[in-house]
Amino acid sequence: MGELAADKHVKYILAVEKRKDNFESAVLEHLRMNGAYWGLTTLDLLGKLDAVDSNEIIEWILKCQHESGGFAGNVGHDPHILYTLSAIQVLALFDKLNVLDVDKVSTYIAGLQNEDGSFSGDIWGEVDTRFSYIAICGLSILKCLDKINVERAVNYIISCRNVDGGFGCTPGGESHAGQIFCCVAALAITGALHYVDKDLLGWWLCERQVKSGGLNGRPEKLPDVCYSWWVLSSLTMIDRVHWISKEKLIKFILNCQDTENGGISDRPDDAVDIFHTYFGVAGLSLLEYPGVKAVDPAYALPVDVVDRIFFSK
Amino acid sequence: MDKELGLLDKLQAMDARNFHAWNYRRFVAALMKRSDEDELEHTENMIDKNLSNYSAWHNRSVLLSNLMKKAAPGFTNKEEVLTREYELVCEALFTDEDDQSGWFYHLWLLDQTVRSDFPLLVSSWPVEGSDIFLPAADCLDGCASMNVFHYSSRNFPLVLYFNQSVGGVNSSTVSVSCGFNLNADLIWKPLSSNDSQCAKVWATRLAIPDAELHSSEPYQVEVKVGYSLGIVSTTGVAYSHPSQTSFQLHLQKPPLESGHESRLGKIQWKDDCFADYESGSAEPDLVNLLLDNLTIKNEVGPTASTWQARIIDYETNIFRDLLDCKIGMLTVARLLTAYDLLRPLDKPVHCEEVLELYSELMKLDPTHYRYYKDNHSLVLLQQVTSSKESLLSHCFHYRDSTLSTSGGPLCLRLNNLAISQLGSFGKLLWVQVLDLSNNGLQSIEGLEALQRLSQLCLRNNKFRSFTALESLRYLKSLKVLDISQNEIGSHSIDTTRYLFRSPLSHSMGSCDGNINDLSSKAYWEAFFVLKDMGLTQLDMAGNAIASGSFNVFLEKLLPTLKWLDGVQVN
Repeated sequence: MGELAADKHVKYILAVEKRKDNFESAVLEHLRMNGAYWGLTTLDLLGKLDAVDSNEIIEWILKCQHESGGFAGNVGHDPHILYTLSAIQVLALFDKLNVLDVDKVSTYIAGLQNEDGSFSGDIWGEVDTRFSYIAICGLSILKCLDKINVERAVNYIISCRNVDGGFGCTPGGESHAGQIFCCVAALAITGALHYVDKDLLGWWLCERQVKSGGLNGRPEKLPDVCYSWWVLSSLTMIDRVHWISKEKLIKFILNCQDTENGGISDRPDDAVDIFHTYFGVAGLSLLEYPGVKAVDPAYALPVDVVDRIFFSK
Repeated sequence: MDKELGLLDKLQAMDARNFHAWNYRRFVAALMKRSDEDELEHTENMIDKNLSNYSAWHNRSVLLSNLMKKAAPGFTNKEEVLTREYELVCEALFTDEDDQSGWFYHLWLLDQTVRSDFPLLVSSWPVEGSDIFLPAADCLDGCASMNVFHYSSRNFPLVLYFNQSVGGVNSSTVSVSCGFNLNADLIWKPLSSNDSQCAKVWATRLAIPDAELHSSEPYQVEVKVGYSLGIVSTTGVAYSHPSQTSFQLHLQKPPLESGHESRLGKIQWKDDCFADYESGSAEPDLVNLLLDNLTIKNEVGPTASTWQARIIDYETNIFRDLLDCKIGMLTVARLLTAYDLLRPLDKPVHCEEVLELYSELMKLDPTHYRYYKDNHSLVLLQQVTSSKESLLSHCFHYRDSTLSTSGGPLCLRLNNLAISQLGSFGKLLWVQVLDLSNNGLQSIEGLEALQRLSQLCLRNNKFRSFTALESLRYLKSLKVLDISQNEIGSHSIDTTRYLFRSPLSHSMGSCDGNINDLSSKAYWEAFFVLKDMGLTQLDMAGNAIASGSFNVFLEKLLPTLKWLDGVQVN
């Protein structure tokens, strides 16, 4: 077990960033924008954001912008709210939000809000509370939250609240840690956490920690490193993170590392990927692991990046 | 459409937990206009096939809630419905004690059993029958007696403590009448850190406008709550149980010398500064009056003689057979607590057993140690505040050499109790001086109800950030604060960052949220908490944030400060 192999993970991320012609990058081509966010935020949390050429990345990001104002997962792909948030987040990391036509992007996002307050992912209409979070998070970073009907957005999220204190993807949907993160974070950003029963949800969330020390996403499911983020950030935002065993979770995450080639996987001894590498490191950040910068549980960006957005002129 | 259901049955047979399948089923059922009753039966079929199906239990909770809400035939008798559901879910809990599938459903049933739909006033301040003296003749705010209350200025707080969050509390729905012309336009404020205009606790300040007004006879003040419509719970239920309290207001001649506060020396929280509370022969009656009248007598809501109590009793007996495992112990602890909750006017009888159960759980399931510890603390405080004897054992007089009077202010000392969470605030509305030192607290959420609080000690706890001290923003009378020996500044992660009113959670107006200078930005959490406070004494030593530059920032922010970390401020 032992320690966080930070240098190995940095090398792994930089290698993935460079490789554009292998099988893995081909099948993941459509979500490269998400991958950029996962990889670059991890680098920043490990203090190594300067290892990449920010100008090159920013150039590529802007090439992914569609005439509608939204961003696609890669050049030539279709825009979607998912990639739009990742684009905004990466620009925030580089403190280059000023390259954006803020009005254009925010209009695209705001245009995806429906009558009932929910948000669609793109013009094809899928509704999910994930998109509510994305819209609120993205517009908040751009200081344009007033472009949407916040009250209706919050009401829609509340309509997805279940009797176990958790939240689903749509009204009536089963509680799932991923959806819970999205809803709790959206409520946190909009000053609406009083709609969350902290003790009730806190117990549901803390019972995600299984015997191995890892966290699962809902009852009677297997633990997965990515829940170290979804569950942990939710617990952090409602001040109940002390209800799990931090030591056991740290051990679990560290066991999911590939200490030879770098990267973190969903479970010990499985293949690594950028997604789980980010959530493992972000989870360690929330657990105050030494050598990892503090991450903001609602924006999923380093705290200094968020503070820079809200507390400087 | 039946084909779709057939397809869903196939999918659910292969993967009963697939939430896409359940979502699609909901979509198809709505299109087919299938009844909630039929869909409820489907969940029962799924549960029969496999009790370990959280998705089925979840969907059952949605359908059942709907059926009960619209009072569908067969679902109007809550006792019948819940009894049947308890039977169903207990099978799941007993079949595999480690399987969580039924745990949360059972907890929901318990909540449905105990919860009172009606918003009710639980306690209020001033207490029925008490005497308020304005201003104090001499000595500090507060006095030796538990039932006679002195205030140094010409105003004092009125507090209403409800059983749930309500809105619509204002001078129309709450009337305060007095012998003379009081300004009836009292502004009631919800003590909550959000913009919802709803809160469990509401407060206002009653001020005597005419500085010269005094009388040898006391004035009778009547506070009537809810005699006009308008108070509504956040779940939409109208307040319909009006209540009335009255107390005596004594307006004394203002003292010739003003600024008695300048006689207040540095407050020390040492053991030898506190003398046992001596109850003279007259006192027990007054103390009883305080404790009896603090809790409003409501004749509505579940009580010990109703179907709710029958169910709780029945379930408790069943779960006593499961006391060798975690869910059994936890459920019995919850049931016993629920039983005491049904009898708010009686002394709780199960505290000892519940405390033991949580202690056992801390050992059995160390992963969730702090969950059990927090619950243990809540029950411990219930126990402490539940009887005259136990409360008095925690009451002391503060002894100060500068005071000429023998009895100093009354202090409640809840220190050294290893408590990690606070509760029972409805029982503590009278507290002015509170010692919570040497505990394991990391939050004071709920403390805003104690509107009389003027001196507070939180030394040697586990406070990690100023954002955890949000409640202090509502304590307008607070003068003395000791938060030394905590962990403020030692943690990179702030767990109360979004439970705090700040620009980050879009819960401040653009004016309030403005910070202009650099040091205020660097210490923005402290800035927002302390900026409007009139503290005279502050102790911060033993926190990583404490430093020379932080002290400079504090002295600038708090012009009323006389003592900082025990040293006189220039």
